[in-house]
Amino acid sequence: MDRIPILKLGGALIVTIQVDMHDRLALALEEDLTAMIARTGARGVLIEISALEIVDSFIGRMLVSIAAVSRMLDAETVVAGMRPAVAITLVELGLELTGIKTALNVERGMTLIQARLSEDHDRGSDLEGLED
Amino acid sequence: MKVSKTETLPVRSGDDVVRVRQRVRTLAVEIGLGLVDQTKIVTAASELARNTLDYGGGGDVRAEIVQAGIRKGLRLTFEDRGPGIADIEQALTDRFTTGRGMGLGLGGAKRLSNEFHIESTPGTGTRVTIARWK
Repeated sequence: MDRIPILKLGGALIVTIQVDMHDRLALALEEDLTAMIARTGARGVLIEISALEIVDSFIGRMLVSIAAVSRMLDAETVVAGMRPAVAITLVELGLELTGIKTALNVERGMTLIQARLSEDHDRGSDLEGLED
Repeated sequence: MKVSKTETLPVRSGDDVVRVRQRVRTLAVEIGLGLVDQTKIVTAASELARNTLDYGGGGDVRAEIVQAGIRKGLRLTFEDRGPGIADIEQALTDRFTTGRGMGLGLGGAKRLSNEFHIESTPGTGTRVTIARWK
């Protein structure tokens, strides 16, 4: 079965969706991402969707679901690269991507995730300070 | 109104939904719809095809290129022989769902189209027609 590859970059997982999503692929992606967050302790998931020509409520639900499960596992989801025509259509469709952060492109998406990682880092050094 | 092209596509699997999207995109480009309008009609088609599959137990979609005067349009008719919809007003309400969806399909498809028409008889099936004009 086809699977969407997941890349690990530091504390983030990166997924680029470049194919027309169908049911099985969406379910497989959610499972693979969840397993990989648990295994790697990733704090952020970046989903890049600039290749998607449409986002319907099926794909929207998949994104919301991935974000909700990731949050349970203490990882934040950022959806990056939505096409302008897709954004216009989503608003008219009435779909709200609850619990998902969005970024204009991968670079800005990574900045959001990096900010979270450095917060962790700062908090970590505070704790070390307390131990002294 | 003149119909200049008609084709029928099956909606019996998730893969069929993907094929319907791709075909609708091609036809939307053919009649010269702009990018945003293409995206709207393809998204509406995706919602309705999924309804046909999930709630109607499968069916088919008829795609037609229509012409009224100098205006060209794309008309799509989704038909199933499923359980039908008892309360259409309720089914058109956002967030209303009898399944596992988000309940945006019908109302969303209506908002994304220039024309929307639904007929349904409980026990017989449902037919939804949408059109987007250039």
